[in-house]
Amino acid sequence: MSDTEIGLHLHESDLAPGDEPADGREIAEGIRGYLIGLALATLITVVAFFVSQTSLVWQPSIPIALVVLAVAQMGVHLVFFLHITTGPEGLNNVLALAFGLLIVFLLLVGSLWIMTNLNHNMVPMEQMIQMQH
Amino acid sequence: MSIAQDVARGDDLIGVGRRSYAGLPRFEHAQRMIASKRVITAYGFWIFLLSDIIMFSAFFSAYAVLSGETAGGPSGKDVFSFTRVALETTALLLSSFACGVASIGARARSDAMYYGGMTVTALLGAAFLLLEITEFSGLIAQGAGPSRSAFLSSFFALVGCHGLHVTLGMLWLLTMMAQVFAKGYRADIMRRILCFALFWHTLDIIWVGIFTVVYLMGLAL
Repeated sequence: MSDTEIGLHLHESDLAPGDEPADGREIAEGIRGYLIGLALATLITVVAFFVSQTSLVWQPSIPIALVVLAVAQMGVHLVFFLHITTGPEGLNNVLALAFGLLIVFLLLVGSLWIMTNLNHNMVPMEQMIQMQH
Repeated sequence: MSIAQDVARGDDLIGVGRRSYAGLPRFEHAQRMIASKRVITAYGFWIFLLSDIIMFSAFFSAYAVLSGETAGGPSGKDVFSFTRVALETTALLLSSFACGVASIGARARSDAMYYGGMTVTALLGAAFLLLEITEFSGLIAQGAGPSRSAFLSSFFALVGCHGLHVTLGMLWLLTMMAQVFAKGYRADIMRRILCFALFWHTLDIIWVGIFTVVYLMGLAL
């Protein structure tokens, strides 16, 4: 088979992480993608910084709001800066990301769960000192 | 139809073409099993970045578990500065954008965009590092170094590890500018630029986690 045939089917192949689906696009279009990402990320960051300092919302809800905003911003970065998209060409990249996120989730939640549980069941320090005497 | 979308000149094609073996039915998959060296390199680097993210999540876990253990020393609320972290975040976010502009510039073979974007990225990265180094040295000077409490140990480990990544990224950035200057936009250089851009954007994602979990939560609680 000829080289041209390989070339013809290349558009069906995988996409490198970081590359955009249509590379033949205009420069202005590429810049616009990064600008949208920058605008969204700035918006979310400003909201997060505001929420952390405000007394307008119920205080215990602040950490949860901050985590939600952080996850949203990471998503914006992944899509607009790293170009990890869910198209068929990006499937491998998304699958690798999903597996990475699974490990991250297990690590974070597992550690926090076990350590709070241990903390909860631990004898208070004062009591422990008393027991030693 | 944009065909040769990510095959730079000199890029080898690796993989199986559209073939039917000994009369066996052709699978749809076989037609897709073509990957350029650019895709393979970037995919491998993406796997590395994910492993790096997993390493960071271990540091995040340690910090989350230990952030309350101040051993009578200062807590996050006492030592963190809202203005400083806002400036650091701005510097890193804008540098990520500038890095994106540089990537487009490299692909469009525009020297002005590539060198300009990379220079702005380097300057903003240096500003970030300066802010971080002055924060660290200030903390150590006031007796709140990594040996003061478990909270500060895990803080220096997590934020310092990110700072170390940024430092290495800066060295890589300057290397890429020099390589393009010396060798031009060759296929192998373009692959390295792609990997560098992925690395730099990933550092910004990790920073989002740090400013949320460490600084904003530390200041809010």
